[in-house]
Amino acid sequence: MIEVKNVSKGFNGKQILSDISHVFEKGKVNLIIGGSGSGKTVLVKCMVGLFEVDEGRIEYDGRNFSEMDFRQRKPIRQEIGMLFQGSALFDSMTVEENVMFPLKMLSNLSLAERVERVNFCLERVKLPASHKLFPSEISGGMKKRVAIARAISMNPKYLYCDEPNSGLDPRTSIVIDDLIMEITEEYQMTTVINTHDMNSVISMGENILYIHLGKKWWTGNSNDIMHSGNKELDDFIFASKIMQNLRK
Amino acid sequence: MKILFQLGKYWLFIGSLFSKPEKLSVYRRRVLEEMEAIGVSSIGIVTLISVFMGAVITIQTVYNLVNPLVPLYVVGLVARDTMIIEFSPTIIMLVLAGKVGSSIASEIGTMRVTEQIDALEIMGINSSGYLVVPKMIAAIFISPFLVLISMFVGIAGGWVAGTLSGVIPSVDFIKGIQYNFLPFNVTFAMIKTVVFAYIITSISAYQGFYTEGGSLEVGQSSTRAVVYSSVLILIFDYILTQLILA
Repeated sequence: MIEVKNVSKGFNGKQILSDISHVFEKGKVNLIIGGSGSGKTVLVKCMVGLFEVDEGRIEYDGRNFSEMDFRQRKPIRQEIGMLFQGSALFDSMTVEENVMFPLKMLSNLSLAERVERVNFCLERVKLPASHKLFPSEISGGMKKRVAIARAISMNPKYLYCDEPNSGLDPRTSIVIDDLIMEITEEYQMTTVINTHDMNSVISMGENILYIHLGKKWWTGNSNDIMHSGNKELDDFIFASKIMQNLRK
Repeated sequence: MKILFQLGKYWLFIGSLFSKPEKLSVYRRRVLEEMEAIGVSSIGIVTLISVFMGAVITIQTVYNLVNPLVPLYVVGLVARDTMIIEFSPTIIMLVLAGKVGSSIASEIGTMRVTEQIDALEIMGINSSGYLVVPKMIAAIFISPFLVLISMFVGIAGGWVAGTLSGVIPSVDFIKGIQYNFLPFNVTFAMIKTVVFAYIITSISAYQGFYTEGGSLEVGQSSTRAVVYSSVLILIFDYILTQLILA
């Protein structure tokens, strides 16, 4: 479980997040949604420690992450996996080396154990025969799957996904969504997804946080979201013709 | 004020490199990889430039010493000392500032804008230390070898150009390069090389590490890395010469 308590964050005098509190539940897919510039990426970066919060705190299963220094944070960071919007695979490494990287840097596993774990993770994301390929040689969807394999290689308790479907075709997006849901349930992780893909919201939203103008605007699940009665949320959800037709 | 801000940020960056080291075994392999990337891959360009530098110095010295009172072997002496004291350490390191510096800044800058550095940070890895320290160690260790190669090849280039063009007999040139040789000049050149290698890697890595934006900004960081490294090399060339030789 990840708890965000009264978090505020600003840059150069401009307030981006104001007094946000929310609980991201274990074993569930937790979504952060909001329009462009609403502050959802800043919130995720605060949660993983890439930005420091101005006020408030982030707690990982009761451990106050915000007050820790680099060394104190290290054990918690090793429990975090993250899937970046652009996958963020290391260009100079093969698929196998990318997935093995956290194991090599952070674990005491032998080479044979590391290879076994890499094979398991790549098979888990349905990429069993791409070990020796470089990121430049694989498709966007495959990159996402490799990034998921890397994120789960250390068996994380917390999984962050920053717009996992951006740049992917609808079919591949569904594959990635399904994979994230399966992994979350299988390993009982606390998964936090930052998205504005409505298909993902409808299919995965077990615990949704809607951010508007840097504030917590609405929370609920995918069943509630279609009839929330919240004007700003409705404007966001039903912006596309498809969603408008679905509503009718 | 902006210069002071950048200076403070630079020293904090340098401090962060060594504050949270990773496993030694990881550094060892990365240092070897960087030595290959920085050093071995630069041997060709260093050799080519040095041969022509030595050749031009020799021929120009001959044409500027048209005086019967000056013995011809002085040409060899001038070519030797110019290569050892100034041209090999300074010009070669300026060339490396262009080749290696831009490569370091663009590599690290691209990693920054494609969130690869964020990925390292989230894993709990000291990203600056992991990326920069091996490059720094490799450059500081391998650059003196490149400069020694440059000295040797440059003097040889001067001998070949001088004798083949007939402007100086081989005997005179060889007498000149042996005449009144001061081994400390090589030591001085090595000191300069190590300082310049540190400047190139630290400035270029700093520029790359704090890149913000996209490909355009990566290019700008790369350009700044080369310009600032080159200017600092020239400034420190003067400072070191004043401190050590004056």
